Amino acid sequence: MTPTASEQHAYADVDALRQTWSSKPSLLGWLSSVNHQEIGRRYILTAFIFLLIGGIEALLMRLQLAKPENTFLSAGHYNQIFTLHGTTMMFLFAVPVMEGMGIYLVPLMVGTRNVAFPRLNAFGYWMYLAGGLFLYGCAFFNMIPDAGWFAYPPLSGPQFSPGKGVDVWAQMITFTEVSALCVAVELIVTILKMRAPGMSLNRMPMFCWSMLVQSFMIIFAMPAVMIASTVFLLNDRTIGTHFVNPAEGGDPLLYQHVFWFFGHPEVYIIFLPALGMVSSILETHTRRQIFGYPALVLSLAGNGFIAFGLWVHHMFATGLPEIGEAYFTAASMMIAITSGVQIFCWLATLWSGRLRLTTAVHFVFGFIFIFVMGGMTGVILASIPLDLQAHDTFFVVAHFHYVLIGGALFPLFAGFHYWFPKFTGRMMDERLGKLSFWILFIGFNLTFFPMHWLGMLGMTRRVYTYIPGLGWENANLAATSGAFVILCGGLIFIANALRSRGSGERAENDPWEASTLEWEAESPPAPYNFPNLPVITSRAPLWTPASERGIVIGLRENRREILITEVLGTEPHHRSVQPAPSLWPLLTALGFSIGLTGSIFGFSWYYVASVLGMIGLVGWFWPERPLEVDP
Amino acid sequence: MNQTMSQSMWHTSGSNAAHIQGLALFFGLLLGTIFVIVVGIALLSLGRRHRGIRQEPLEGSHKPSARTEAKLRTAVSIATGITLLILFGLTIVSVSVGKVVSASIAPAGSLIIEVTGTQWWWKIRYTSDDPSRILQTANEIHIPVGQPIAIRGNSIDVIHSFWVPSLQGKRDLIPGRPTLEWLQAARPGEYRGQCAEFCGLQHAHMAFWVIAEPPAQFDAWLNHQLEPVAEPTDEDTKRGQQIFLRSACVLCHAIRGTDAAAEVGPDLTHFGSRKTIAAGTLLNTKGNLAGWIADPQNIKPGTHMATVPIQPAEMQPLIDYLESLQ
Repeated sequence: MTPTASEQHAYADVDALRQTWSSKPSLLGWLSSVNHQEIGRRYILTAFIFLLIGGIEALLMRLQLAKPENTFLSAGHYNQIFTLHGTTMMFLFAVPVMEGMGIYLVPLMVGTRNVAFPRLNAFGYWMYLAGGLFLYGCAFFNMIPDAGWFAYPPLSGPQFSPGKGVDVWAQMITFTEVSALCVAVELIVTILKMRAPGMSLNRMPMFCWSMLVQSFMIIFAMPAVMIASTVFLLNDRTIGTHFVNPAEGGDPLLYQHVFWFFGHPEVYIIFLPALGMVSSILETHTRRQIFGYPALVLSLAGNGFIAFGLWVHHMFATGLPEIGEAYFTAASMMIAITSGVQIFCWLATLWSGRLRLTTAVHFVFGFIFIFVMGGMTGVILASIPLDLQAHDTFFVVAHFHYVLIGGALFPLFAGFHYWFPKFTGRMMDERLGKLSFWILFIGFNLTFFPMHWLGMLGMTRRVYTYIPGLGWENANLAATSGAFVILCGGLIFIANALRSRGSGERAENDPWEASTLEWEAESPPAPYNFPNLPVITSRAPLWTPASERGIVIGLRENRREILITEVLGTEPHHRSVQPAPSLWPLLTALGFSIGLTGSIFGFSWYYVASVLGMIGLVGWFWPERPLEVDP
Repeated sequence: MNQTMSQSMWHTSGSNAAHIQGLALFFGLLLGTIFVIVVGIALLSLGRRHRGIRQEPLEGSHKPSARTEAKLRTAVSIATGITLLILFGLTIVSVSVGKVVSASIAPAGSLIIEVTGTQWWWKIRYTSDDPSRILQTANEIHIPVGQPIAIRGNSIDVIHSFWVPSLQGKRDLIPGRPTLEWLQAARPGEYRGQCAEFCGLQHAHMAFWVIAEPPAQFDAWLNHQLEPVAEPTDEDTKRGQQIFLRSACVLCHAIRGTDAAAEVGPDLTHFGSRKTIAAGTLLNTKGNLAGWIADPQNIKPGTHMATVPIQPAEMQPLIDYLESLQ
């Protein structure tokens, strides 16, 4: 008789599994952990701390702009703060937090025990942490970037930004992009080669699809920003190359092209995982399979492709040839089609489902409202004549906060409430959750809606102050007060998370009666995720009775064995042994960090980075003693 | 600053800004309607939820009937089709307006004005085939109503962006890469503009004015500006001129008709006729000018205008002299 999911504990030695897959409960064990849950949690927590820092920076800016000719911040401080705000939110919050969700959830969703390359995973986190510490550590030595998160030369070049601030910015990109590339590689391999038997591509959860597309986008986009920030800018600044410095015959527009070839996909890198979250949450809470699965998957992939063809709409004002610009208008409009299809599919799901109005669903509705509005202003910005007026004004500030907060942060909060029981084993408080939603929603619109108007009244971006008499006073004051409403909402959210973690209602394995595999694991999951790896027979495995679902038996429990399956049909292919926890990823990251930090002061530090990094990698890949096992 | 001042893209003068305004209204109304419909459908689905609760038990998953799914498929397909058509239409409309508005070839008969951005003010140069009719000035552009104006953009340091919302969209000023846009004022008026590309410490205080005048008035202005300044007549301004010429002012500024001919800072010939000082930061009054000269870093922190030590007793004649340069 075939063993089924309903009797899986009979086939597993849970104690042996726990012994094999746990990290040691010591400081050293903590530092050498390669468990995807622990590392995913670290990503999410660290990213939320950076969200808080970036949020405080936003509040400082709003205070400065509350009234005309305000002297709360000096011009220099304001420029540093808006640079840090953008950099922090993009590189240290938005991308890493989505990566963290992916690292935590994807192995659970595809039914395996860990990500594909556990040590690389640990290394990626340490590089990310080092990048964040590097940026803010240097701030204490007054090496603060102030040329914007985009750092256009020649303003960011050696002549107009003396000092080390911009070097710090450019090298911080290297840290975070190495980290993002590590995660992308892991997730792609995890998703393609480690899915549970039966989970053919057409049965994969939407969130995994979104992470798969996002990871491929990272692999194509991130090298571009490293070329812009490190190869072009940092080399121009530190060793006198002439890539983008017009004083030396370089071309500043080349930088813009390469930067936005990364910069526009970056937005989709941030918000594709959020779309996957929305699909997951809606499927569970409408209690029907998501409507239009193939259309949603194709739209995600379409978004991923088209996102690389839009970058010039950030450069319409630079006077490029009109025919070329018209192409980018058309491409920018096209992305509204794939985004529209997803919205329509969600509406159809809502329409035909039996909706449960939890906090998570509140945030999803907030997402639909805000994101659709951001999409509409996005269509406006795709039009060249309109963009020539709106570009670099507060209209654009409003637009991308609608898209990024509405499109990514609200779904992230929805996902946070939704998966919190899985992360912690406790439910989040629904009443506080809904209260925080309404305050955040109202505060958000109060802050950012007036900015559309400000932009049309001629208020340009990145100004530390403005003169009275242009009709900008009231809208600015409204935006500033809205920022404090957001702060209140955020504090309630944090209080709710902390309180629920300590004393929330205990969560069962599957408190929402969801459809996907992560809810079959314990809450919080055991270090091995599943006693026996699942076999699935449908797109919504948990809505199939456990007695009708198979399990995988025959993996060793006394070493870290996982099952590798075929890409398309997931036929089991072979067993693979994963490396044990190790301190070497941390040490390697430390070596590279020392070298990269030093390199902004002198080229010879690259040698240090190479040597330290090489030592780290030798330790990392040192062969382990083979496990003595019975044949 | 006066109360009627505006930098709004809704306060248009001239065909380009008016075209863009019309396009904006069209986009805004259409997209606004779509937004209301989409959010409306989402909210209506909440109403269906309650019906569902009455009809069915809450537990477990459910599968809508094949008929419902087919209907939804049709609805989603139609919605996608409509989206496609709307976006196609918007692209066509947008590109055809763009052909007129953002053309980088100015119409024949344009007056060509070179605008050079520099941290944090605007160098303005009226070109002409006749060298004696080339005019160099700063931060204030007078244009004749009804005549197309070609703005040839350039920069000598970082990237700036030239933007007068009432007249035209923006165009970047990029070092080493000349750009061009054209604009035309339909009505006389004073239109405020501002740098739109982040250009460093005082990006916020890099404004300028475009003053559109009837052609006759413009010609008179141009002819007057082309002339060197007159010799000071009274004792006070004579003394002011001496102070100016022997102080560090002359290391950066030019006043045609005197020995001052440096090109680092704004040309001060006919300075007294300008509306503002420090690139739109302050109204051009004697009090503001005294404050600006005495402590430029206080008014515009980081400005490249040097703090030139002027004795208190010398300040009044110096200001009187500068303001007399009408």
